[in-house]
Amino acid sequence: MVGVFFTYFALISIAAGVLTVTLRHPVHCALSLLALLMHVSGLFILLNAEFLWAVQVIVYVGAILVLYLFVLMLMNLKTDERYFHQSALYVLGPAVLGASYVLYNLLRSPFDGAKGDTPAAAVLQDGDTYAVGIKMFSDHLLQFEIVGIFLLGAVIGAIVLAKTPKQLDTERGRS
Amino acid sequence: MIPLSAYTAVSAVLFIIGLTGVLVRRNFIIVLLSVEIMMNAANINLVAFSHYLESMAGQLVALFIIAIAAGEAAVGLAIIIVVFRGKISTNVDEMNLLKW
Repeated sequence: MVGVFFTYFALISIAAGVLTVTLRHPVHCALSLLALLMHVSGLFILLNAEFLWAVQVIVYVGAILVLYLFVLMLMNLKTDERYFHQSALYVLGPAVLGASYVLYNLLRSPFDGAKGDTPAAAVLQDGDTYAVGIKMFSDHLLQFEIVGIFLLGAVIGAIVLAKTPKQLDTERGRS
Repeated sequence: MIPLSAYTAVSAVLFIIGLTGVLVRRNFIIVLLSVEIMMNAANINLVAFSHYLESMAGQLVALFIIAIAAGEAAVGLAIIIVVFRGKISTNVDEMNLLKW
């Protein structure tokens, strides 16, 4: 049963990713990215990461993707773009070969390593959110604060970039 | 039971798709969407390893990646708006103001 769900989520997310890259209209690309994000969040469910599933749906789909769609519709883009660079064709063959070699090695290799301190039973006992919260606010508090400062800087930077400087200058000139 | 290598394979395929999108597409917004695909591929990898190696650190890093993706989207879209205001084009080939 888990295998069926994994196959479904994996295949649909890969197909949606291909559509995101190949579709012409940017809004269609953003909508297929929505399909990809939702199916990737399904993969998170299969991996016992319910908190990340919720964050993926709320933050990625609900905030980031809606921001992209908002800007797309704000600018009303016409897509008369050249589809491929001419030089892309020369790179494509070796790229496909290299990628399939990497994939072959990935599928064959037995990944293993030192186990951590939270096995699946411990995660399932109190829930994934509890485990993430305990870990984040004990061992990774500094990173959490750094990400907070980073987001503050990003918000200020976005506002500074996107405001219109010309109108401010004319207002100053008048007054 | 799904083997870990299946998750890494899915993540690798998604990463390659995103990389191809960044290299091939000329529309700035779709380049940013492809970067989001690549970040999702990294997230799948992190969460899969976090599950199979029984450590919580992978999920935390995935959370931080989502936060950074939000910041990247905000700043990237602000840059797009600035460029679009000046040139009425979002083709990445025409953004060469900083080229020397």
